[in-house]
Amino acid sequence: MMIELLIALCLLGAFAVFVLPDEYAPKAAFGISLVPLALSLYMYLTFDGTGNALLGGDIAFESQYQWLTLGSYDVSWFMGLDGISMPLVVLATLLTTLAILASWTPIDMRQSQFYGLMLFMEASLVGVFGALDFLIWFVFWEAVLVPMYFLIGIWGGARRKYAAIKFFVYTNIASIVMFVGFFGLVFGLGDSISSLALPEIAQALRTDGALGSLGAFGADQLALLAFVAMFIGFAVKVPVVPFHTWLPDAHVEAPTPASVMLAGVLLKMGTYALLRFNFTMLPSIARDLAVPIAVLGVVSILYGAMLALAQSDLKRIVAYSSVSSMGYVTLGLVAYTMYGTGGATFQMVSHGLISGLLFACVGVIYNTTHTRMVGDMSGLADKMPVTAGAFVAGAFAYMGLPLMAGFAAEFFVFVGSFDAHFAYSTLLTALAMFGIVIVAGYLLWSMQRTLFGPFRSETDYEVTTASLHDVVPLLVLIVFIIALGTFPYDLAFERVLDATEPILETTAANFGGGL
Amino acid sequence: MVEPAWAATAPVLVLASTALALFLVDSIDPESNRPRLLSGVAFVGALAAMGVSLVYLLTGVGTEPISLYGDQLVVDQMSLFFQVIVTSVTAVVVLGSHDYLNSHRYQAEYYTLIMLAVTGMTVMAAAGSLAVAFVALELASLPSYALVAFMKQNKGSVEAGLKYFLIGALSSAVFAFGISLVYAATGTLLLDGIAEQLVEGTELPGVLGVGLLMIIGGFAYKTASVPFHFWAPEAYEGAPAPVSAFISSASKAAGFALAFRVLVVAFPIASSGVQNALDWTVVVTVLAVATMTLGNFAAATQENVKRMLAYSSIGHAGYVLIALAALTGTGEQSLILGAGMIHLLVYGFMNTGAFLFVALAEYWDVGRTFQDYRGLAKQAPLVSVAMTVFMFSLAGLPVGAGFLSKYYLFAGAVNGGLWWLALVGAVNSALSLFYYSRVVKALWIDEPDEPHVIESYPSALYGAVIVAAVVTVGLLPGLVLFDNVAFDAAAVLFG
Repeated sequence: MMIELLIALCLLGAFAVFVLPDEYAPKAAFGISLVPLALSLYMYLTFDGTGNALLGGDIAFESQYQWLTLGSYDVSWFMGLDGISMPLVVLATLLTTLAILASWTPIDMRQSQFYGLMLFMEASLVGVFGALDFLIWFVFWEAVLVPMYFLIGIWGGARRKYAAIKFFVYTNIASIVMFVGFFGLVFGLGDSISSLALPEIAQALRTDGALGSLGAFGADQLALLAFVAMFIGFAVKVPVVPFHTWLPDAHVEAPTPASVMLAGVLLKMGTYALLRFNFTMLPSIARDLAVPIAVLGVVSILYGAMLALAQSDLKRIVAYSSVSSMGYVTLGLVAYTMYGTGGATFQMVSHGLISGLLFACVGVIYNTTHTRMVGDMSGLADKMPVTAGAFVAGAFAYMGLPLMAGFAAEFFVFVGSFDAHFAYSTLLTALAMFGIVIVAGYLLWSMQRTLFGPFRSETDYEVTTASLHDVVPLLVLIVFIIALGTFPYDLAFERVLDATEPILETTAANFGGGL
Repeated sequence: MVEPAWAATAPVLVLASTALALFLVDSIDPESNRPRLLSGVAFVGALAAMGVSLVYLLTGVGTEPISLYGDQLVVDQMSLFFQVIVTSVTAVVVLGSHDYLNSHRYQAEYYTLIMLAVTGMTVMAAAGSLAVAFVALELASLPSYALVAFMKQNKGSVEAGLKYFLIGALSSAVFAFGISLVYAATGTLLLDGIAEQLVEGTELPGVLGVGLLMIIGGFAYKTASVPFHFWAPEAYEGAPAPVSAFISSASKAAGFALAFRVLVVAFPIASSGVQNALDWTVVVTVLAVATMTLGNFAAATQENVKRMLAYSSIGHAGYVLIALAALTGTGEQSLILGAGMIHLLVYGFMNTGAFLFVALAEYWDVGRTFQDYRGLAKQAPLVSVAMTVFMFSLAGLPVGAGFLSKYYLFAGAVNGGLWWLALVGAVNSALSLFYYSRVVKALWIDEPDEPHVIESYPSALYGAVIVAAVVTVGLLPGLVLFDNVAFDAAAVLFG
């Protein structure tokens, strides 16, 4: 019942905040959001699941109630967590609380609606990571779009309406392509499954011969087509180049707290789904398509980084660097090695924290200077020492400074992908590593231009120290980043590996153990 | 089972007597202005009919089809299911009309026409022969023409009525001619009889094929599908908004009820007679693709909200056609057809609610375009939330049951082996989010040019919109009560 409680708390909080007057909404929302955060941390500490939830592991906080029947398939309210989803739930609740705190300064109109939507989004995100039945999962998956659309559309920048609708329509088309692909698999399985529960489907798909033909397609064709449809659907969310074009618009126009959520959690939905669906359910296809997918991942890393290099808007820089960092996740997933898959999952959490930190820093800078253009300011460190420090910390975490989460995650991914099974894996990994050099290039450059040197600001606003509630989220994130970087294994990686390894075990068996 | 057998037609009888009762009230006291009495009678009549059909449906009346009057009428689970849809839409529309008509003079006529039309629709759902089908179709259509032209001082309303009538007359002629050709080929008008004849095949496959094609044309008209769709934008835009709600929800559902029954029962796709004459699933597939694509793309270019809803209504007819197109015989037939029925049920509420919101906007005189709706959420947050639910639900987002029913349809198409059709439908549905969200954007995000002045909040119209919204949301978790009913009802058709 814990996950239901978590979702219910967020939803009740959302409704309470909706009806509150605007002046009380910020503090109330922050107070309310502490409850699910505390609950999710408690769940993390008492977590007792083992193995992968989809592949017969012991599911933590499991609950299942029959809902309806779709043809011959039962649909049930099926919730539960494993080592992959548990850290992501904590990431979602943590970033929501911090994003709410970071909204106190910039959000100055229609507060009750803003904070209500943030809590509503938190509920949907927990649902996405917690759901183990396809239809329930899809309900939450789509429900996330609605609050984000309003957050960008109402509180965003100058081109907010365009960005909101682009985000909304683009990701919705992707969801539906994925939906059709998945249902092809379900009907292809025919009588081998009796429900839309993801564990049942995953296990059936990994059994030889269970997938039958559907219409004109044979089993192999069906699996391939479904894999491609689902991959495209999720790749938009991640985003993988060339499906990334909605992201810069959405990020630049979104209010900064919404960017924190978008980069920190919403993008992880895409890679989480890739791992759960494509790579867990159809390992043989994933293996066949490893080279093209790995190439897409590497292209995302390099092209995203180069795009970031070409920007002069701080927020665009961070936005494009997200494209780059999510490429590491793709690369790690496709490697199909212990460290590859585990590292990719760890990178999801790590990147969530780091990109959240950088977006929050950009937000604090923007609140004070009212500009995000690198050329409009310099020497901010004199006036805003804590913010500048946090920005430096975030940038170094991005570049992979040891003892920070980014280093651990990227190291695992590289170890995993270096001797992966597919052709050219060494070469591709080497190319991907080069991405870090570009990251260092644009982050060092933008830090030097904005933070250091003589103080100069091309705006009419007085630059002062940020207030306490602005810098607290930054410091909290830094604590988490350093803790995860220092004790990756004990804090999270052990659990992650426990859940990702079963994905590989049967793959090894299927391919004669030649990993 | 109900005794005597004719009691199975109780929903139809209740509606017909309500129409007569309204006549009676009006003839006793023609000059007085008693809107409460008139709308009250109509509302009670619609609710009673809905209650009876719902009770029949849930208690399993017609699980064994009840044939009446020499098989001319068939009461089974499917006819009851559609009767629930049209009567509940009527109840919501009547509730909304009470405020909308305000102090209009011809209220008795208005409610009588609505009741007569819905009587025709309930008969359409239960038609056992092509003759009854034609008469019921006319009974549903003729009052609708008058209703569209009801605002006779308004040029747009009259023009819309005339256009609707002309296209309606043409389509009726096509439909009747199609029936005569089928009669020529099979020698019977009974749906079962036609099916029996077709098992042995017919000597005139060409005549049968043309006849079948023309009958499908008649359905296309009633459901506002390509190629007889072009009356819909004019009629819905010109008509009083509650009438637009009524025609686009109830009338469409009734048209599909007839199409489902006639095509599935009389022209089973597997029989050799149909195979030799015309594979109607191919025709319907083409119509489905054309209808949803045209509806969605045309809707995206509109500036007028009502017209956008009209094209969206055409688009949704295209989605439901998927349920017919996918009956290729390879999948689970009852699952596919049941998905279409569920979508029509959900669509009945969300679309009616959306049009009633437009009625509310007309009542407030805020204007008709997206631009005029800007910032309305500030003055009327509650109904704006309702409208947001309708729009997202129509677009297939999981805030309302439109999400589930649409995915039932796409799943059904995949099940029937029509992958690509599901994909076309899915892409259409995803694109539709663009124009639906324009309404949401106007209400919540855009700033008004000048603040709206809203003087009164009409309680009945408000109530109708809220009821529609609550049902739309409630059906998302609550569809569990209905989905098996729909699938079982569809299964009855396949024997």
